[in-house]
Amino acid sequence: MEFFQTIDWSLMLRCFIVGGLICVIGQILIDKTKLTSARILVLFVTLGVILGGLGLYQYVIDFAGCGATVPLTGFGANLAKGAITEVQNSGLLGAFVGGVKVAAGGIAAAIFFGYLASIMAKPKIKKQ
Amino acid sequence: MDNPMDTPKTYSDYVDKKSPNSPIFTNCLKAFLIGGFICSIGQLIFFFCKSKGLDTSASNTVVSIILIGIAALLTGLNIFNKIGKVAGAGSLVPITGFANSIVSPAIEYKSEGYIMGVGGKMFTVAGPVLVFGISASVIVGMIYCFFV
Amino acid sequence: MKKIGKQTIQMENFPTISQSASIVGPKESEGPLAKYFDRCLEDEFWGEKTWEKAESKIIKETVNTVIAKSNISSTDIDFCFAGDLLNQCISSSFGLREINIPFFGVFGACSTFVESMCLASVFIDSHAAKHIVCAASSHFCSAEKQFRFPLELGNQRPPTSQWTVTGAGSVILSSEGNGPFVTYITPGKIVDMGIKDANNMGAAMAPAAFDTLVTHLQDTNRKPSYYDAIITGDLGYIGSDILEDLCKTKGYNINHQHNDCGKLIFDKEKQDTHSGGSGCACIGTVFSGYLYQLMHEKKINKLLLIATGALMNSTSSQQGESIPGIAHAISIENCKI
Repeated sequence: MEFFQTIDWSLMLRCFIVGGLICVIGQILIDKTKLTSARILVLFVTLGVILGGLGLYQYVIDFAGCGATVPLTGFGANLAKGAITEVQNSGLLGAFVGGVKVAAGGIAAAIFFGYLASIMAKPKIKKQ
Repeated sequence: MDNPMDTPKTYSDYVDKKSPNSPIFTNCLKAFLIGGFICSIGQLIFFFCKSKGLDTSASNTVVSIILIGIAALLTGLNIFNKIGKVAGAGSLVPITGFANSIVSPAIEYKSEGYIMGVGGKMFTVAGPVLVFGISASVIVGMIYCFFV
Repeated sequence: MKKIGKQTIQMENFPTISQSASIVGPKESEGPLAKYFDRCLEDEFWGEKTWEKAESKIIKETVNTVIAKSNISSTDIDFCFAGDLLNQCISSSFGLREINIPFFGVFGACSTFVESMCLASVFIDSHAAKHIVCAASSHFCSAEKQFRFPLELGNQRPPTSQWTVTGAGSVILSSEGNGPFVTYITPGKIVDMGIKDANNMGAAMAPAAFDTLVTHLQDTNRKPSYYDAIITGDLGYIGSDILEDLCKTKGYNINHQHNDCGKLIFDKEKQDTHSGGSGCACIGTVFSGYLYQLMHEKKINKLLLIATGALMNSTSSQQGESIPGIAHAISIENCKI
């Protein structure tokens, strides 16, 4: 396929390694601190907003692509980036509009698919 | 032997010694491989969007939507929790974990109705993520507006 | 009936445990004790729409089974003591709303089963009743939903966590019969050693079990070796280990007699249940199914049953409170003392 010839395999590798390493940080937190998964998610998203706000996270994204944007830190950095961009365009109003605006796709998808899944699925026991 | 029941502190230290630790090395390895794999799928989708002429920001949004959709589907099929048991943070930290944390209470609380059950309880786990993420972004925006 | 020592009650008329019944869920049916239970379910819903309804049905059917097995007419049963883990004990009160027997709802977390038996023994010993039915239930799915996370959430269970048993156990205590007999009861004190980790219940409850066990032995002037078996409720592997350690600090070695229902009900390696089983139904089903039969076959003649409970709820653990533990002991013997 033509599409596969356009893939940047070196970026793929960096994406895999950086994405994996961000998850390893989460795993160490889970095993060492007994934090619940909700707290881990909050920690990562807040950290992402701070790093994004300081402009540091962009370097990770430039280096690793989706390895940085797919983890929740990327979601957080995106919120910060959106807020800053909107402030540049429309001033203080942008601080309120920007974050949710860029994240709207993800949030709406999660709500919509979540509702859809709940209509179709039945709770089941996990056999673990 | 010292009596572990002397104070809550000695008991808690004693319990820590008695309780087995999680196998942190193998857990981290699994989290690394599965987390890396999920990000790589995202990257593939990203390249595909780019090849179809979408810009970076739109491509990232499409990546999020597709990964969220897959995670929601796997949660509904009762597969995600099996992946999560092995992967730990590997499936939690990527956007898939956010989707799972919205879909799983939605399914669980279906028995309490579609409005207050599904609609109301959907954000019991993921709500804090949006509260903290969005609030922090507003603060970042304000700081940028006033000080930069 | 009289009080002896610090907190033990000695029976005079020795209430007899005339019948028992148990129903368990699918996972318990795959465990090593499956053949001892009256009924093994194939799915957790049992034809119902919600986990809560399924749990109510389990306790209802268990009570119906024990009454049917006992050949006692339900109109001859004077009282019912029952409880479970759900808020305001809805499984037992909803499940048993149609049995038409005066009802006492009992809450002692996972110690509910033995707490009910203790109360019933006192009622019967004092001639307030002839026949009493006791029951307790728990359900893995309803307990996870109430105390932890949705079932579909992809999280990992730490190695100290325990698996709530799905099922219900029920017994009938009668004023007359051929035993096994209740000889002593030792209701326990609330003991809190400051454990906050809701994924390590065994460690939170072990000090209470230890306190009740030692008090029982001192009050009755017995040694652990008097008993053929000392069975705790749901301390699991870690809690049992801690209890045996704690007993050594007081000079008691219980290693030969002691076992735990949480360890007995599942196969740790094959079923991946980490530290073992827990829940009201853990001791409820293991006693009603397995131990009761061993006593009938005279393989065990002197049994000390200690049910342990963690008296917390999801609000208290979110507010960072520690987990108070409780343990009630009941001495059950094939001969009147």
